This record gives sequence, C-alpha cells and structure tokens, in this order.
Amino acid sequence: MVFLNYLISGIGLGSIYAIIALGYTMVYGIAKMLNFAHGDVIMVGAYICYFSMSGLSAHFEEGSLAAAVVPALAGTVLAMVVCTVLGVVIERLAYKPLRQAGSLAVLITAIGVSYFLQNAAQLLWSSSPKMFTPILSRDLQLSLPGGLSVSALTILTVVVCIVIMVGLTLFTGRTKMGKAMRACSEDKAAAQLMGIDVNRTISMTFAIGSALAAVAGVLYLSTYPSLVPTTGSMPGIKAFTAAVFGGIGSIPGALLGGLLLGIIEILAGGYISTQLQTAIVFAVLIVVLLVKPAGLLGKVVREKV
Amino acid sequence: MKRLATMKKSTRNNLFTYALVIAAFVVVQALRVGPGIGSMLEGQLIPICAYVTMALALNLVVGISGELSLGHAGFMSIGAFAGSAFAMALQDSVGLSPLRLALAMVFGALIAAVLGFLIGIPVLRLNGDYLAIVTLAFGEIIKSIATNVYLGMDGNGLHFSFLNDTMDLSDGGVELIRGPMGVMNSQRISTFIAGFVLVLAALTIIFNLVNSRTGRAIMAARDNRIAAESVGISVTKYKMIAFVTSAALAGAAGTLYGCSQTTFVATRFDFNTSILILVFVVLGGLGNMWGSVIAATALTILPEALRQFSELRMLVYAIVLILVMLATNNPTLRGFFTRLFRREREGADAGVRAVKGGGGHE
Repeated sequence: MVFLNYLISGIGLGSIYAIIALGYTMVYGIAKMLNFAHGDVIMVGAYICYFSMSGLSAHFEEGSLAAAVVPALAGTVLAMVVCTVLGVVIERLAYKPLRQAGSLAVLITAIGVSYFLQNAAQLLWSSSPKMFTPILSRDLQLSLPGGLSVSALTILTVVVCIVIMVGLTLFTGRTKMGKAMRACSEDKAAAQLMGIDVNRTISMTFAIGSALAAVAGVLYLSTYPSLVPTTGSMPGIKAFTAAVFGGIGSIPGALLGGLLLGIIEILAGGYISTQLQTAIVFAVLIVVLLVKPAGLLGKVVREKV
Repeated sequence: MKRLATMKKSTRNNLFTYALVIAAFVVVQALRVGPGIGSMLEGQLIPICAYVTMALALNLVVGISGELSLGHAGFMSIGAFAGSAFAMALQDSVGLSPLRLALAMVFGALIAAVLGFLIGIPVLRLNGDYLAIVTLAFGEIIKSIATNVYLGMDGNGLHFSFLNDTMDLSDGGVELIRGPMGVMNSQRISTFIAGFVLVLAALTIIFNLVNSRTGRAIMAARDNRIAAESVGISVTKYKMIAFVTSAALAGAAGTLYGCSQTTFVATRFDFNTSILILVFVVLGGLGNMWGSVIAATALTILPEALRQFSELRMLVYAIVLILVMLATNNPTLRGFFTRLFRREREGADAGVRAVKGGGGHE
C-alpha cells in the first residue's frame, strides 16, 4: 500500500520532470545546445503565476467556484504567454548571434542567461521565499478502494502531461511546422535549401519549450510551494538528466526518462534515505548510460571517418 | 621550418605564463610587505590561487583533452575534505605547518586522483554531451556523500560513520568531518606563498605533460579520435592520464582552499562552482593556460570589486559574461575586431610582429 502511494506521487513528480525535459529535448534536438537557462524560465513562470493569482483572487468571492478556477487558469495562461515571449527574446538576443560558434561558447552564454534571470528575479521580487498557492487545493483527494488516495493535483498533473505529450507528437508528426522542426534537427543546411526558414523554426521551438516550462513551473510549485529565485535550478538539472536518461532529442524518451526519474527519486527517498535521494537518482543515470550510451530511447549515431 | 616556428611559439607562451605568474606574485608580495593591498584583496589571495589551479586543471581536461567536465568541483571537494582532515589528524605529530600543508595537499591530490581514476573508467567510455552529464552526476553524488560523512579521531584511532553520527568519540577526540556541518579547521595553515607554489607546480606539470609524447597523443585523440586510434594511440588510456592528472591538481587546489577556511561545508562545492570554473576556462581560451590564469584571477576579484553595487553586482556579472561571449564568438563582431587589429598592425612597424600570440580573446 505504501509502495503504491509512493508510486503515485512518483508518477506525479515524474510527469512534471517530463514536461520540463521536453523543453530541453526539443531545443537540443534542433539547436544542438544545452539550454541551461531553461530551469530559470520555470522560476519566472512560477513568479508570474504567483503574482497574477494573488492579484486576481481578491476580486472573487471566497469559496466560490470562480475563485477556485479563474485566478489559477488566468495565472497559468499569463505565465505561459510571458515565458513564451521571454524564451523567444532570450533566443534572439543571446543564442542567435552564436549560431556558428562552438557548443561551449553557447553553453557558457546559456549559463550567463541563467545567472541573469536568477539575479534579475532577486532584484525584482527579493530572495525571501513566497508561499505558492496550489492551483488545485491539496485537500481535494480521491479515495480509491483499498485505502489508497490520490490528490486531484496529481491527477491533473498526469492528465496535463499526457495531453502535452499527445499534442506534441501530433504537432511534430502532422503539421507543416512540426515537419520543418524535424527537418531542421536532421540537417539544417539541407532544410534551408528546401525552403524552410530555419531561424523561425528555432524561435518556434524555444517558444514551445518555454511555454511548457511555465506549465511545469506552475505544477511543480503547486506540489513544492516554496518559491525563491533559485527554485528552478534543481528541477531544471533533474529534468535535464531525465532528458538524457530517455535519450536526448527524443520526445517519447523525455516522457519515459521523466517518469522513471520521478519514480526512482520518490522510491529512493521513501525506502533508502532522503539524504541520498539525489545521489541515487544520479547513480541510476550513470548505470543506464553505461549500458545504453545514448539513453533509453536515443539513437546511436555512428561516426564516419 | 614551420614546425620550428610553432614550437617556438608554444615555448614562448609557456615562458610568458611563468613570467606572468611570478611577476604577479612578486608585485603582490612587495605590496603586502610595503603599503598593504587592502583587506578585501588580502582575503581573496588564497582563493584566487585555488581557483587558478582549478582553472588550469579543468583546462587540461576541456582544452587539451577535449572533454567537457561539469563536475570538477567534486574533485575540489574531495581534496578539501581529505586534505583538511589529514592536516588536523597530523596536528600533533607534525609541528611545522608548511610541511603539514604540503603533506595534506599530497594526500588530497592522491585521494582525488584515485577517485578520478575510478570515475574515469565509466566516464571516458562515453563522449560529448553524455560525458558531460555523467561528470555532472558524479559531482552531485560526491556532494551528497560528503554531506553525510562523519569522521573522528581519538585515542583508539579513526572512527567513521555514514548518514548518522554514531562515532562515540572518547574524551579528547577530535571530529574531523562533521557531516552536514562540514569541516571546522582549528588552524588555517594555507598561505599565499603555498598557493603560489601550487600554481607554479600545476603550470610545470601541465606544460611538461602537454609538450611530451603523452601530451601530443592526448591532443591527437582530441582532434580526431578515429585517426588517433588508427595510428595505435590508446584513446582511453591517454584521456585517462589527462583526467587523473587534472583530478589530482583539483584535489590539491581543494586542500589549499579547505585549509584556508575556518569552516566549510560540502554544498560549497556544487554544480555552480563547477560551472564557475568552466567559465574561467572558456573565457581564458581553451588550451590557453595564461588565459585561464588571468580569467580566474579577474573573475574571482570582479564580484568582490563590484560589491559597492551590492545588489546589482551579480546582474552586472551575468551581463558582462554574456557580452564577452557574444563579442568573442560572434563572427560579425569578431571580424570587426580582427580588421581593427590588422589595421593597427599595418600602421605599426611591420618588423615588430612579436607580441600577438594565439588567443584572440579579451
């Protein structure tokens, strides 16, 4: 019974990691860069949602249905919009000028952007922790037969994750933009020759990834409510690990990696030791990479001489 | 003839680096004896030496061996913990503090090298971004483990426990490592001179390694793994040599840093520290040792010097970092600088074609 409860919260956490990992994996697949600022976009999204929720909730009657739904929904949408714009602006100002540069230069720039976002957040919103109001009350529990209980928040998280995953799979598989994205990730020069606007495609990828980061931020903070300017970095690193775990560049890989990572983290914390939780997660990652060097679902690219 | 010219350039670069470090040491030491350099800079001297050594060590892996490591702070951490504990354990038997520091550094370097070897076995089988993520993972694992280690010493010898403090030291026992509370040094034995010696030693080791048969094999493996293998170079072996040397230097730097602090904890050496050191290396130029020295020094002083802007300082740091990366790597901007430079050079006497080496940074 305890095991099933751990499993459920693991799936909940894993779904959040999966949503963040999608942002990493899409950007990596197309721009071949590790976007270390992605975790901080999560934090910005969470702050935007926090402020709009606390601003809006005063206008509604307490306890009414509207008070429960409207601020949360509006906050999430606003956070998505702001993060989308932020993601595109970051790409345009910091990453686009380095399109031809080496991958290390881009990595360091991404780290610079990450520092920038964290410190700007600290200046704007101070470093004292804010208590995030969950978008769905944590008291809303669904009782299952056998003494199990699942919080509505976990169900919402999993549903959102599935919707996003299905949506993205359809998007990259069926639409013109999605096909352009896959073409760019395969071979940028050839894609350009086929009349694909590579810059626009990359901007689009950053826009989608950042919007997903905002959703993930709202969901993450609903579960772990303490909001500070460095909130985003740890889930960011974990989700990056999840993306590598599943095979970076692969969308189903991000889902699988995220879910497994979340489950392992919760189980390790529950059964072994909370102090060594993170160490165990990373140890499993190392073992997986040794057995499958390109991640669980990653493609092994053969190097030609 | 061409080979001779490049050889000369590298020797010239090496001599320039030694001269730079020695000159900086002499100037700082003269100022310390004379007018003093201010308490802010005085407190930064040993950390600067530690970070310069870290940057040199990481440059060996990233610049010379061509593998991205995101967990080098882990080796620094191991060095700091092992070295400090060793120094404290020797406190009664070895009275002379410079000797104790030297022994502690060797011990820290040794432990870090052993760990580097063990980590290197799985890590060096991977390549590219996967290698980077695994080093990141090891850095985090080292941090988690170091946070939960308890080590103590009393009349009965060494006591060790993990996760919970169950050491039960007898009277007069010393706690060497106290889990999440980190290490508390009873004496701060690191000195600026020791730091300077460490930097010089690191430079000597790296230059001798790079200019040897081994070093050329390492660089060949970096430039083209398959071609290097086809001429009989064991890529894993040479990458391992670079990795272990780098880990040992990082361990010694960690000991220097650890022994200069009254107290430090394992979370001090986290992912951000690894990144900070990587920033030194990339800003200084990959494979460029004097660049690393300058970048590490400047970027350790910069946040302190910006303290008058208090809250804005890290924001300024971030903006400077992004702008420098854009300026040095954007083809348009770089073309502009090269043109500017060439015009200057044409204006100057054509015979004076010395100074400008390889770098092209800053």
